[in-house]
Amino acid sequence: MNPAIDLLDVFFQRENRKIISNFSLRIDYGEICVLLGRSGCGKTTVLKLINRLLEPARGEIRVDGRSTKEWDPIQLKRHIGYVIQEVGLFPHMTVGANLGLLLKLERWEAERIDQRVKELLEMIGLEPQQFGKRYPSELSGGQRQRVGVARALALDPPILLMDEPFGALDPLTRQEIQAEFLALQGRLKKTVVLVTHDLREALLLGTRIVLLREGRIAALGTPQELLSSRDVEIMQYLKPLRDVHVL
Amino acid sequence: MELAEFLLENRAEVTRLIGQHVSLVLLSTVLACAVGIPAGLVMTRSHWFEKAGLGFANVVQTIPSLALFGFLIPVPAIGGIGARTAIVAMVLYALLPIVRNTYAGIRGVEESVLEAGRGLGLTPSQLMWHIQIPLSLDVIMAGVRVAAITSVGVATIAAAIGAGGLGMYIFRGVASVNSTLILAGAVPAALMALMVDFALGRLEVHLRRHKRS
Repeated sequence: MNPAIDLLDVFFQRENRKIISNFSLRIDYGEICVLLGRSGCGKTTVLKLINRLLEPARGEIRVDGRSTKEWDPIQLKRHIGYVIQEVGLFPHMTVGANLGLLLKLERWEAERIDQRVKELLEMIGLEPQQFGKRYPSELSGGQRQRVGVARALALDPPILLMDEPFGALDPLTRQEIQAEFLALQGRLKKTVVLVTHDLREALLLGTRIVLLREGRIAALGTPQELLSSRDVEIMQYLKPLRDVHVL
Repeated sequence: MELAEFLLENRAEVTRLIGQHVSLVLLSTVLACAVGIPAGLVMTRSHWFEKAGLGFANVVQTIPSLALFGFLIPVPAIGGIGARTAIVAMVLYALLPIVRNTYAGIRGVEESVLEAGRGLGLTPSQLMWHIQIPLSLDVIMAGVRVAAITSVGVATIAAAIGAGGLGMYIFRGVASVNSTLILAGAVPAALMALMVDFALGRLEVHLRRHKRS
């Protein structure tokens, strides 16, 4: 079987500076693949290459076995959910309209849109009658982030890309939403690629963790494999967490 | 109150001149919107048009209004004496604030909102119609407001080239050193500018609701 996402020897550069080089990674259906690394290591670039917000200089990216160059760029993006840290809800639209916009653009009937929006709100634990009519400015940070995830899932895409999705939340809300997300993923079984610099989040959410350094894969494995690794670089990255545990 | 007496005695003529004034302002502002808003939108998409458009609108703005009317009179087709020339000049004047604000409004839409839209798979024109334009309406309206207020002022000068309007009283008053006559033109024009400012200002505030996320 084809992997869900296949990156083959991908290069990406900006203004003659290499951001990603020799990057190859297979991501299977149903896994939560976490791209972990410091700011500027190229992890967000990898996400944007997958849904073609950016084009690689060299190499190939396949989604569902097909090169992203062969995909219609709009169809590709609608096939892949996308969640960013700032959420980017459309401030002039109600929550319901935010969730329903893509469905409207896909020419769904009004009744079916209403039904789907209701489903999506229930899925993220927000009461449809009450929250459907609210504006993003009337939501808490955690609620906004939930709506962002629901919006990305509106067309039920098999793949979900998440760029530091919980990074802007306070620690308590973050833990809450992380747990909710895991429960949701248990039911939906999406293929998720999640970017974070937070090791704790990576260990909690990832079925596999890819440690990135300067645009290359420095290490790759399950959380257990990473934790028991004797590799110097990995140990350095894990050190802050270990120290916390000792306390 | 000589002024009140004058206005009352000549109310038929005053009403006619106010009517002319309003038509001049309305027509030129609407035309300027019809040209300026699309131009501002195109400028956010094309780098060449961005420079050319802002440059043109800026240059027009630096020409004194009386001189602009003068320049236009000898121009065939759009020139001559009368309301048509005045409207062309007023449209040219109204363009800058409308073009500039449309451009700035679209450019000012938060990057994270655009990024989310692009990532969800909105086409560039869907992004424009569903996100960028609705989110810039208040800024665009602010430009229209400035254009309309300016037009009320410029329209008084239009009387100099035979376009009518409240400027008739002002020019007549200046020529005959009659301050009542000057005020009969100036006071209604000033009130009109204040009313336009208030009404469009309210509209702008209304459009700004729910804008911040």
